[in-house]
Amino acid sequence: MDPEQFFTASGVIIVAGKGGVGKTAVTAAMAMAASTSGVRTLVIEVEGKSGLASLFESATFSYDELHLVEPSEVHAGITARTLTPDEALLDYLREHGLQRISKRLVSTGAVDLVSTAVPGIRDILVLGKVKQLERSGEFDLILLDAPAAGHAISFLRSASGLADAVKVGPINAQSVEVLRLLHDPARCRVVLVTSPEETPVNELIETAYDLEDDVGVALGPVVVNGVYPELDGLSVEPARAAQDAGVTLEPGEAEMLAASSAFRAARTALQRTQLDRMAHELPLPQLRLPYVFTSDLGRVELDLLSERVLSAVEALPDHLVAGDRSAT
Amino acid sequence: MTESISGVVAGSRVVVCCGSGGVGKTTTAAVIALEAARQGRRAVVVTIDPARRLADALGLEGLTNTPARIDPSAVGDGPVWDGELWAMMLDTKATFDGLVRRYSADPGQAERILANKFYENISGSLSGTQEYMASEKLYELAVEGDWDLVVVDTPPTRNALDFIEAPQRLARFLDHRLYKMLVAPTRGIVKAVNVAAQTLVRSLSKVVGGDVIADALDFFAAFDGMEQGFSDRARRVDELLAEPTTAFVLVASPKTDTVAEAGYFADKLHDAGIDVRALVVNRMQPTFTNPGAVDDTSGAPDALRARAGSLRTRAAELAGTALADHYTALADAQVLAAGEHDHLSGLRARVAPAPVAELAVQPFEVTDLRSLSLLADLLFEGGER
Repeated sequence: MDPEQFFTASGVIIVAGKGGVGKTAVTAAMAMAASTSGVRTLVIEVEGKSGLASLFESATFSYDELHLVEPSEVHAGITARTLTPDEALLDYLREHGLQRISKRLVSTGAVDLVSTAVPGIRDILVLGKVKQLERSGEFDLILLDAPAAGHAISFLRSASGLADAVKVGPINAQSVEVLRLLHDPARCRVVLVTSPEETPVNELIETAYDLEDDVGVALGPVVVNGVYPELDGLSVEPARAAQDAGVTLEPGEAEMLAASSAFRAARTALQRTQLDRMAHELPLPQLRLPYVFTSDLGRVELDLLSERVLSAVEALPDHLVAGDRSAT
Repeated sequence: MTESISGVVAGSRVVVCCGSGGVGKTTTAAVIALEAARQGRRAVVVTIDPARRLADALGLEGLTNTPARIDPSAVGDGPVWDGELWAMMLDTKATFDGLVRRYSADPGQAERILANKFYENISGSLSGTQEYMASEKLYELAVEGDWDLVVVDTPPTRNALDFIEAPQRLARFLDHRLYKMLVAPTRGIVKAVNVAAQTLVRSLSKVVGGDVIADALDFFAAFDGMEQGFSDRARRVDELLAEPTTAFVLVASPKTDTVAEAGYFADKLHDAGIDVRALVVNRMQPTFTNPGAVDDTSGAPDALRARAGSLRTRAAELAGTALADHYTALADAQVLAAGEHDHLSGLRARVAPAPVAELAVQPFEVTDLRSLSLLADLLFEGGER
């Protein structure tokens, strides 16, 4: 599939996954891949973490937009910003004629009271802002680095909950508009990220079905991050392999290599089991990204991951569009 | 000499496992309780959101909010212990309901609160409620139960202090100013404030709907008189957490971002006057060395990286052979191990003199009591450096 077509199949891609699976690195790699495919991209962070910023080796984001990658011959450009519920709420109050008392609302604790009385109001304010940015048409793609998996569902479910709980007024209108966004595969889809390990895969499968059934949002391909590259040679005993290569090993070297290779092979086999199980239990295409054998992800690794995103997207069937599961 | 992690656990009546999500906190909590049972103690572990297979391993399937005993003989020729191991899964709402019943003046008041829609929202989704109820459950077990050791897993959170601060914060919330203003006497200056507050409530009602605000005000009216009970309880939880026999164990994994978060946790705890008593690092990359080799086989990061470099060169020279793959696998392992050691050195210094236990990535997943028991062997016998 053509990457540009893939990245513009919906204006918003929500990237969600369990903590520790590299969701932020995947979001960054997708942004790079989109930008190099000529897609003007906005990355939104909602938890106020600085993980994304350090990947781009950039300053921490703020509520104001920051250019991570300037437009150039090879890049359409990447912009980033944070969107926290507190700021979105104050924005919202200002836009609804409550500017005069917004400070008092905070100081008297009324904001706490309202967000407790109306669970999900903070989430809907964030999603409402995302919708506003999507409608502005300033970007071809908005990548939303969503809250960690468990919270992602309540985050996305907030719209239908609120539309039911609050029947009239601006909150209701906001919820209905967010629901329209979430239910339209041409505007929004969710990309779930996991590592090929038992617990994250279990959670991902559960989340995928919850999102489709409860939220009614379209799911894009699943990104599997940290897949060990296959090393076919490991199946040959080190001593034998040395003999075949005409190399004499140091004393003890064969044992050391055997221990290390056995460990690697066991981890790889565990991963393969999980990948197969996921393919079996979840009929979504998988974009597999390699384990990067470094402990500090920076710009170099980001470029590598972005290339792998592109080649994985190119390998997807042409007719695969957002929300279309018939391809699988 | 620094204390060992075995010593920390043996000398504690309460262990709080804290750290960011996805680092094996729940598993570590279960392993610590299991070790205490093996030492002949009566231990209970409070889990928050265990992965399904760990829950199965602990027999937590379908359990209620009260601890259940884990019977080692039920798993055939599995591990055995002299003490007792109990486990439970925290039910936030049931714990909160219990608190309301405890502090209400009469059953009528309790029922009014429990039936209120606003209360339903608080007990289900107010941020910090889960942390509050975890510490409440901890207090209930530690003070009112007959346990030698209570191990508590903490909810995955970005804010290290949520667990410690949540009781006071919620107590303050329940003693809400806005409500106080609305029911305050309507005279003089107070009356002016009251009128302003009424205006505010009217504006809010327009945005979020009148029912919602009416529910909230009903809730505070029903809650009247119970604030004191809640805030006394919150203070006693604080005191328990500050006891010398309460140990905070920081759990981390050796990735860059999780080490950074663990460091942030350690600093925040320190600011709150709480020392990290032990650090457990899960999922370490094992290093593979050749004891027969003449070159430097130390686990120092620079030595590891140097070896990885020459291994990659050899792999490139031998490209296309099976031996090249073996060298690549070893080089990959050394690079990962070197980076992990770099990240952790700062964190070790931060939590010093707390003991640091490292657990290597295991080629198995924790699926039953046997694998949990294997982890306990590694953590309490082999893991310390």
